[in-house]
Amino acid sequence: MNIVVCIKQVPDPSQAKIDPKTGLVIRAGVKKILNPFDLYAIEEAVRLKEAHGGKVTALSMGPPDAAEALKEAVAMGVDDAVLLSDRAFAGADTLATSYTLALGIGKIGAFDLIICGRQAVDGDTAQVGPGIAEQLGIPHATDVRRIVSADDGQLVVERMIENGYETIRMPLPALITAVKELNEPRMPSLKGMMRSKKMQVPIWGPGDIQAEPERIGSNGSPTQVYRTWEPTRKITSQMLEGTPQQQARALLEKLGQVQ
Amino acid sequence: MGRIWVRGSLRHLKTNGGKNPMEYFLTEEQQMIKELAARIADEKVAPVALELDETGQFPWEIMRILADTDLFGVWVPEEYGGLGGGVFEQSLVVEELSRACSGVAVSYAASGLGGFPILLFGSEEQKQKYMPQIASGKKLAAFAVTEANAGSDASAISTTATLDGDHYVLNGTKQWITNGGEAEIYTIIAMTDRNKGARGASAFIVEKGTEGFSFGKKENKMGIRASATRELVFENCSIPKENLLAKEGMGFIVAMKTFDKTRPGIGAQAVGIAQGALDYAVNYARERKQFGKSIASFQAVSHMLADMATQIEAARALVYATARMIDSGAKNVSKEAAMAKVFASDVAMKVTTDAVQILGGYGYMKEYPVEKMMRDAKITQIYEGTNQIQRNIIGQELIKESMRG
Repeated sequence: MNIVVCIKQVPDPSQAKIDPKTGLVIRAGVKKILNPFDLYAIEEAVRLKEAHGGKVTALSMGPPDAAEALKEAVAMGVDDAVLLSDRAFAGADTLATSYTLALGIGKIGAFDLIICGRQAVDGDTAQVGPGIAEQLGIPHATDVRRIVSADDGQLVVERMIENGYETIRMPLPALITAVKELNEPRMPSLKGMMRSKKMQVPIWGPGDIQAEPERIGSNGSPTQVYRTWEPTRKITSQMLEGTPQQQARALLEKLGQVQ
Repeated sequence: MGRIWVRGSLRHLKTNGGKNPMEYFLTEEQQMIKELAARIADEKVAPVALELDETGQFPWEIMRILADTDLFGVWVPEEYGGLGGGVFEQSLVVEELSRACSGVAVSYAASGLGGFPILLFGSEEQKQKYMPQIASGKKLAAFAVTEANAGSDASAISTTATLDGDHYVLNGTKQWITNGGEAEIYTIIAMTDRNKGARGASAFIVEKGTEGFSFGKKENKMGIRASATRELVFENCSIPKENLLAKEGMGFIVAMKTFDKTRPGIGAQAVGIAQGALDYAVNYARERKQFGKSIASFQAVSHMLADMATQIEAARALVYATARMIDSGAKNVSKEAAMAKVFASDVAMKVTTDAVQILGGYGYMKEYPVEKMMRDAKITQIYEGTNQIQRNIIGQELIKESMRG
């Protein structure tokens, strides 16, 4: 099975704070880590390769530093890594990001399965996985907690929903997003770490993937984060006394007073 | 003793994450090994250390992680599936694991103790057969010389190996063997010719499952309780004569040369235990307030911590220097190996005892990890040659050196 894993390098959530003036996450000086949800994606991809043979490629869109996150994936057993990096990609919202990653996947070549983490812990949109699937015109399932089978060009997965799970069958090629219930990610191996240390991660720009300039980066982003703030919460509450009938009457009165 | 609540953060053992203030000029690869071992110690070992101590359960899951991450092979040459490092690299792993639990660390290290004789003295066939399995961690190894009547006096062993056609037949009982029952590959020292005295012993490889080879009960130990310690019982146990290591009569030389390689590992184990105890004691001393200030601000306490830290650093420097010397191929390393082991283990015992003292009543409670560390440290002064034997060795080497002029 040829698998592509899309990963992202994010600020360490335990260290990150929001600049009250700009409303944006302060990234300067904050340690960057591999997005935690992506660990489950990487682990599942490596397990599938071990079971079915094939190759796993990790792909990321980000600044040059993001190559570190790709190398972590290689240390866990991923075969190859590619970084999409260029000033023109910067400022992308999830639409532009999905478009860019989809083109990157196209250049990587034929694939059976794409695995993404459910969401990035800095953006928290959970939109890019489905966005990539739509750009590529393939089926997808989010919040996958178990892969039941991957035989004969069909993928059967359990998808988590609020009070249980659905079992979904899709033809390959397809895309899934991973949640923490999916697996327990392995430690990197020494041989993997040494391999990743020597590896030169190729960097692709807009020209390499034939990206249309008006669809990438901030140019290609119809949505803009306008403001981020921590709401202050003031809770006032009033307890209604009496029998259920008395409480009901009092409640109706209160509701009648609401403007 | 009054019951005073101490904030939850101290209840869970947190190691120093592989960060040492002193620069030892590790290569990039050595740094990687150390960081990986430290990460495993923090994430996988520390959370279960107290439980393993209580139940005495063998840490198979952690052994599997050490195998999957290639750490079992750091000291094995690449041609046998290892990473091509040596005693130094193995010591780095043992030290980091020991910060979290030395029972886990010794289970890892003892596989090296069982494997080194094969690497040092095995024929090419024996090395090809056993070294890859040991390097990958697929099978654990163990080493057996000690018997009920033969501890420091190893020449008093009474387990015999009698040549019978194309087989050796083993009879006897080995005592207190680390990884006994869990390991699959055993290096055994047995008597082949009683008349030859110290030259009458030979080394053999015996595999678990061989008929006539069984195990005694698991010992109930003071410390390193996660480590499995059992008797090995040989009753007319027949092994192919190809399982002889080196030549007949080489038994004690095999043992001594092996210990030269593995004693720094015990030193590293002691350094790790001591470091774990120091880290915990420093954090505690900073947070614990009495008489209106943190106890770390009292010189009585800070001087204890200072002496503990200095002794640990000296022990670490000696262990590292000895390991590097051995790996460089130096011919005679017995004195230095003995020094590393005796000094570091004495430091570990002192440091862990002081750590219990600094934690006071809390140090005495099993809920807090330092009493375990004190119990764990004791064995480092005893096994792989008691510290009394180590001092004998050092003394003898000094005299020999002086005679050589």
